[in-house]
Amino acid sequence: MSLKTFAAISVGSFELTMKIFEFSGRNTIREIDCLSQNLDLGSETYATGTLSKEKIDELCRTLVDFKEVMKSYRVDAFRAYGTSALRETKNTLIVLDQIAQRTGIEVKILSNSEQRFLDYKSVASKGESFRKIIEEKTAIVDISNGSIQLSLFENDALMSTQNLRLGVLRLQEMLAHLNAGRERMEALVDEYAEAQLAPYKKLYLKDREIRNIIIVDDYISPWAIRRAGNDAGKSTIELEDFESLMDLLHNGGTMGAAKALGIAEEKVPLVMISAVLAKRIAKVMGATKVWAPGVTLCDGMAYEYAEEIKMFRGEHDFERDIIACAGGVSKRYMGSRKRAETLEYLATTIFDSMKKIHGLGKRERLFLQIAALLHDCGKYVSLVDIGERSYEIIMATEIIGLSHAEREIVASVVRYNHSDFTYYGYNESRGADFSGRESYLIIAKLTAILRLANSLDRSHKQKLRGMKAQLLENELYLTIDTQEDISLEKGFFDVSAEFFREVFSVDPILKTKKNF
Amino acid sequence: MAEKTSIPKTNAEKTENEKTKIVMKDGRFFENRELSWILFDHRILGEARDRTNPLFERLKFLSITASNLDEFFMVRVASIKDMVNAGYTKKDIAGMTPKAQLSAISKAIHELVELQYSTWGRSLNPQLLKDGLHVVAHHEELSKEEGAFVDQYFRENVYPVLTPMAVDSSRPFPLIRNKTLNIGAMVQKKKKNDELEFVTVQVPGVLNRIVELPAMPGEKKRVILLEEIIERNMQQLFLNYTIVCAHPFRIMRNADLTIEEDEAEDLLKEIEKQIKKRQWGECIRLEVEKGMDKRLLSILKKELSIEDGYLYEIDGPLDLTVLMKLYGLDGFDDLKAPKYVPKMVPELPPGCDVFEQIRKGDVLMQHPYQSFEPVVDFIRQAAVDPKVLAIKQTLYRVSGNSPIIAALAQAAENGKQVTVLVELKARFDEENNIVWAKKLEKAGCHVIYGLLGLKTHSKITLVVRREENGIKRYVHLGTGNYNDATAKLYTDVGLLTCSERVGEDATAVFNMLSGYSEPLFWNKLTLAPLWLKDKFLYLIQRETRYALEGRRARIVAKMNSLCDPDVIVALYEASAAGVKIDLIVRGICCLRVGIPGVSENITVRSIVGNFLEHARIFYFENDENPEVYCSSADWMPRNLERRVEILFPIDEPGLKEELKHVLDVQLADTVKASILKADGTYEKVDGRGKKAILAQDVFCREAAKKVKAAKAREQGQKRTFTPKTAQ
Repeated sequence: MSLKTFAAISVGSFELTMKIFEFSGRNTIREIDCLSQNLDLGSETYATGTLSKEKIDELCRTLVDFKEVMKSYRVDAFRAYGTSALRETKNTLIVLDQIAQRTGIEVKILSNSEQRFLDYKSVASKGESFRKIIEEKTAIVDISNGSIQLSLFENDALMSTQNLRLGVLRLQEMLAHLNAGRERMEALVDEYAEAQLAPYKKLYLKDREIRNIIIVDDYISPWAIRRAGNDAGKSTIELEDFESLMDLLHNGGTMGAAKALGIAEEKVPLVMISAVLAKRIAKVMGATKVWAPGVTLCDGMAYEYAEEIKMFRGEHDFERDIIACAGGVSKRYMGSRKRAETLEYLATTIFDSMKKIHGLGKRERLFLQIAALLHDCGKYVSLVDIGERSYEIIMATEIIGLSHAEREIVASVVRYNHSDFTYYGYNESRGADFSGRESYLIIAKLTAILRLANSLDRSHKQKLRGMKAQLLENELYLTIDTQEDISLEKGFFDVSAEFFREVFSVDPILKTKKNF
Repeated sequence: MAEKTSIPKTNAEKTENEKTKIVMKDGRFFENRELSWILFDHRILGEARDRTNPLFERLKFLSITASNLDEFFMVRVASIKDMVNAGYTKKDIAGMTPKAQLSAISKAIHELVELQYSTWGRSLNPQLLKDGLHVVAHHEELSKEEGAFVDQYFRENVYPVLTPMAVDSSRPFPLIRNKTLNIGAMVQKKKKNDELEFVTVQVPGVLNRIVELPAMPGEKKRVILLEEIIERNMQQLFLNYTIVCAHPFRIMRNADLTIEEDEAEDLLKEIEKQIKKRQWGECIRLEVEKGMDKRLLSILKKELSIEDGYLYEIDGPLDLTVLMKLYGLDGFDDLKAPKYVPKMVPELPPGCDVFEQIRKGDVLMQHPYQSFEPVVDFIRQAAVDPKVLAIKQTLYRVSGNSPIIAALAQAAENGKQVTVLVELKARFDEENNIVWAKKLEKAGCHVIYGLLGLKTHSKITLVVRREENGIKRYVHLGTGNYNDATAKLYTDVGLLTCSERVGEDATAVFNMLSGYSEPLFWNKLTLAPLWLKDKFLYLIQRETRYALEGRRARIVAKMNSLCDPDVIVALYEASAAGVKIDLIVRGICCLRVGIPGVSENITVRSIVGNFLEHARIFYFENDENPEVYCSSADWMPRNLERRVEILFPIDEPGLKEELKHVLDVQLADTVKASILKADGTYEKVDGRGKKAILAQDVFCREAAKKVKAAKAREQGQKRTFTPKTAQ
């Protein structure tokens, strides 16, 4: 049987964790080992913006230990991801270089949306339990140390996802100087959370009643899972259960609470903040049931890797989520859904027909779809400078599942759909926008396709009933099915064709389907 | 079998009703643990006095009472003395202040010592003489030839290693080392009518304390103790002096090792330092030969600051641990119990592939009835098995030249990841442990020294193998130490399993011991100090609940000591609710039986036999769905609150039955069992009219039967029929 061992290291804000996984050919991912060390990077980063030498030393020491453990399991591959504490450090690159030099481990910094997407993937990997719960209106509340992520589901698809800076450790750091007693602290956390959640409710929730909450965190989940007799499938918490958690936290001081919860004492205040947050969010959303599947970033990393090496195929369609999420953004900026769908259809049809030539894959096709959906979101701000404004909106909006670099590709494609294309190395100041040669080429190719597709619906009237694309040697025949006058489209097509030709060395030829 | 392990109720979750039940915590309902311990030593002494035991076994038991008493002084008496010195007046669970305890202990120990020496003087020594072993008590009894013999022995062997010490204005009173035997003397300068001076010399520990003399007719062996030879030759040490009187004495010092771990930068160094310091503790016992010269005695008492209660005037040889040396003399095999050879574990015959066998099913081993060798083999095979990735083990007390240490070192040399937790704080074994720790480190093992402030008492080994179907973990869990020597003497239970869920837990245990966070939850194992006590209370309280609901409830528990007040209260509540509780507690038991309305349903028995009862087994009826657990922990606060201990369930129905059988046989013992009575004393089972059942013998026979049955099965399988073939 083919077996692979994989180590997932997460350099979190409060804990440094490594999980060892084993993948076997039966779509099975098995956790073999889990080592986790309290290493409060977040407190320093959130308060000072830097990491002390001592913390870096400790981090490196533990990573060296981790390497030994990896060696003992003879792991086939490993990945190390850093989250908000490392991300928000002023000297991130320097810290990462030090880690790499001293431990040989390259830590990749995850953008928030990538991190949340991995968390989300691990929740979805719970299969049946997950599928069942999202049949009803459900929110994933991903509470981490730097921020929280609220993702809403309706009709078993993702509707929206939003990040709020209400991280547990961040709140603790923020409120620390107030020197409030325990009960006062609870009230303060609650009050602050309520204030932060008010605009969220207005923008995203509106009158929607969310029935269930899936909670992803490091603090309440362990308690919930233990309560459920170690059965993650049954670790649901009713609202009133939070009271018994609060009781545990109140009785016997920090030491008593630590013992009752089976956690380290320094975690007790963090559990308290998590509990207050979760309770408040449940109240705001009107949810009555909370499910804590107890997943962590490392689990998500394992699913991601297993999918990549084709040893796991999840049932849930995440691309659909990403597109749904982009659709949500488009809706928020008043984009036309019909127009976006037409453009997506045209663009992907061209993309698919060019497969042999463009050398791009599934992921890039997804970028193109998102770019089509968000192609004119900048209109919301200004009708003059759509390209630039769209770029800014996309760069300021999180799209779950896209890394920062990927988002930049999408934003750039949308920008150059409207503005002049900037060639790599041509303009020093703009050239820096591209994260690299590879991204540049992707952007160029996708821009060429999107521009061509865009020209075919220039009037925004969706005149086309359908289109066939066929690549014959150096010519791309686009046969469109329409009965309307497409003079405008033809005119713009010729302009777009020029850039298309430049990028692919293929002549796009527009034909109209004969309707006799 | 087990229902899902859910976390027991914590204090915060307890109902008001439950909180009010602490009326059970009444001082009258508890026995003081020190006095209970002394009763335990009495029970061992009872074995020394039991004429049905072979004579030399009786010597051994007497010797054990002496070494036990030494440890008791150094640890328990010392710590209570510390409390008194510190003005601490808090009462113990039995309602006694430290001061009251000290005086009760002193009285009880004086009685015990009295009995020890009357056993020696009136019973054992005369019997030895009859059986041909003459222990010459005083050098004055030696014949002229013998005198010449021992004097020569003294000159050649003893004199060179002696360091006589005198006390005068320029020389302060010397440091008398803990537990050493010394000869104190009063001397006077010759030719001067000068003042008497105090001198002392340590009886060297490097020499055998028993010196054989040429045998006399009618005797098999004739021996004299080393101190007598030195006493006879004192003059040689103080040439210009007259020896006015000379007597042996021995002292015991406070040795309870308390380490300020937060301050100690390097635990190893700190312990080395503490060991050196140990000899300097406060003196808490002075033993002198009965009839010691009053002047000599008063100097010792003054210089060692000894109060009357701590003085023991001994009628016989000081330090009876010497009897173990007598036991070791050749030529008296007929006066010893036949040596038992541990039997093979049928599931793990020598030379088998241990891993393959474990995959067939969990293996339960009962030592010393069954051999400890499979456990050693388990590690030995792991060390050379190319599929093995890692070996992790906790070591508490290991034997000299431990084959386990050698195997671990070899494994590391073979490139396995070997993690060994060496518990340096194992009492009185620190020096030994440091040596092993260093040896293992040298071999490339990752040696960890446990968690700050907690002794790691759990006995667990994890072997990680990479097999065709992925990582597989093999785990050994035990109630006794990984010590192949004591495994021949201590009764313990061990389990070898490759259960996935136990394996996951074992991995988590070692991660925790290496300083990583505890896992989200445990599958099968329960660990002290965080969860074990709650788990035990939960298990006991579940029986209580069932009894109240009229469902089947029963508890049978076997352990070394029972003195945790919360557990005792829970047992009282269970008893009051009607749960039948049978306890097999070898040593200390602070629970009292027969208190109306409190403990009428509880029986306590103690078994003291040739093997030291050491296994901890717990049986809970659980409404006809029995659960059986084994553990490294006793029901003592130190085990439940201050140590890393493991409780593991025995899940396979057959093995569960086996352990239940162990408990049943022990409950049926009519020979070596003593029953705790309501007045707090112990009494041997009244065997009249009952079949004599000696549990340890039963287990020996059963172990042999199992081997026989296995061999027969093997024979049966091997039997082949050869068909006739055509000519």
